[in-house]
Amino acid sequence: MNVVDKIKTVQEPARFFSEKDNIKILVKNLSAFFGKNKVLKNIYIDIPEKKVIAIIGPSGCGKSTFLRNLDRMHEVVGGTITGSITFDGEDIMQMDPVYVRRKIGMVFQKPNPFPTMSIFNNVVAGLKLNGFKNKKKLSEIVEKSLKQAALWDEVKDMLNESGGAISGGQQQRLCIARTLAVNPEVILMDEPASALDPISTAKIEELIFELKKNYTIVIVTHNMQQAARVSDYTAFFFMGELVEFSETNKMFTAPDKKQTEDYITGRFG
Amino acid sequence: MEKSITQKANYYRRKTTNVFMMSLTLLSALVAILPLLFIFYYTISKGISHLNIDFFIKMPTPVGETGGGMANAIIGTLILLGIGGGIGLPIGIMTGTYLSEFGNNKFGFMIRFLTDVLSGVPSIVVGVIAYTLVVIPMKHFSAFAGGVALAILMIPIITRTTEEMIKLVPHSYREAGLALGIPKWKISISIVIRSAWKGIATGILLGLARAAGETAPLLFTALGNRFWSIKIFQPIASLTVYIYEYATAPFTDWNEQAWTASLVLISLISIMSLLFRFITRSKYKNVN
Repeated sequence: MNVVDKIKTVQEPARFFSEKDNIKILVKNLSAFFGKNKVLKNIYIDIPEKKVIAIIGPSGCGKSTFLRNLDRMHEVVGGTITGSITFDGEDIMQMDPVYVRRKIGMVFQKPNPFPTMSIFNNVVAGLKLNGFKNKKKLSEIVEKSLKQAALWDEVKDMLNESGGAISGGQQQRLCIARTLAVNPEVILMDEPASALDPISTAKIEELIFELKKNYTIVIVTHNMQQAARVSDYTAFFFMGELVEFSETNKMFTAPDKKQTEDYITGRFG
Repeated sequence: MEKSITQKANYYRRKTTNVFMMSLTLLSALVAILPLLFIFYYTISKGISHLNIDFFIKMPTPVGETGGGMANAIIGTLILLGIGGGIGLPIGIMTGTYLSEFGNNKFGFMIRFLTDVLSGVPSIVVGVIAYTLVVIPMKHFSAFAGGVALAILMIPIITRTTEEMIKLVPHSYREAGLALGIPKWKISISIVIRSAWKGIATGILLGLARAAGETAPLLFTALGNRFWSIKIFQPIASLTVYIYEYATAPFTDWNEQAWTASLVLISLISIMSLLFRFITRSKYKNVN
């Protein structure tokens, strides 16, 4: 059994992308732990620039943990990792986590705007709290970010009200605007629409479609249709392992592995 | 079993039990606030007779002479609270922040335990400590010594409320802050403490109210003063010490003035409380 494990860690799988493709994040032999519990097992994955990558898989398969590794949020809850993650060729574990998280933004499952701040201040929280003070510039950024998040028209007259005063779907778009305001290159989304109704979900999906023109997006989702609709590539995780990674179209029409097909067609999970 | 749920007799029995238990809780609530009502009733009815503008602006008169006020004691209590709060608030709030944000280790556990012990130390013992630490080296009683004693009494209350209130702030706010690339210490100050501010203010108020009502530690620290004094390093008058002296004195006029002093003290704390609530009220109506 030990031998099998050893072989697994040594063998590097064939790369999906070629050297010519613009790879934003390169994950090599990544294993993640909570204490002694190995929740991610030797993951190899390339994340291409300005594409949407969906991550699917049953609960507890390590999707969220994988996502939280990419912006070093895994260590916040006491997790550890082995292997390497490089962002534009730089090892993120060697970088200042604060800088990593500015370059790689994150949107959470539950909308979490700061209730003690106004909508305006919510959007620029990441800038203001890092010492950015130019008021004119800030309001420009607020307008731009809210427009990008398709929320501007709905909140432009209530920018001074609490971030908690708007509906859940609006709050989630506010959180996306907040993430955009710090001008990241990658946006990670952890089931961003699972707490929202179908209309808000549709809005978020349209938004993702718009955002991929300028950003690289990694989205974790439980919703198979959503993955099929919004993503260019899909990764299927199961029990902490990456089972399959391919173009979304291929994944949902002719997956290579039986396990993937079973999951996608709803035979398990 | 299934049948009994639908039976009418059972329904009435459950309904009666419900009404009975509800009345019991209501009764307990009334009994609990009864002492407070008595306190208000007595202090107001007995203290109101001497409550006039003189009480606030005039000095105490010698025995036998009617009239006069307790201007020096009122200002004294405020100064003592100011010194106590000035020392106790920053230490208490910062200790509480440390405990909740970084205190998840042995050292934090020890601090937490010691804070709990400190909150159980009788106030007279705290007075003796302040006497030993401040009064003896300085060789005289002072408002400062009284303030130190009050600060020691406030610190555990403020520390523990601050810690509990900060712990109530959802972890998701912190994660949101971290994910935006904000350094942890800045998240603690600008997001976490700000979200918990209302609760922390309640803790501060509890601490101040406790300190405002203390007599024992002031007896041999601030001592008391018959004359007008606002000097920090001189003995200073306070309402509680006056209440103690006047209430036990064999003069009816003094006894009545003690009631008035009590009324003023209670009002002072209530006004402080209202003021605090007003200052820390939420900017937004629809968010708690």
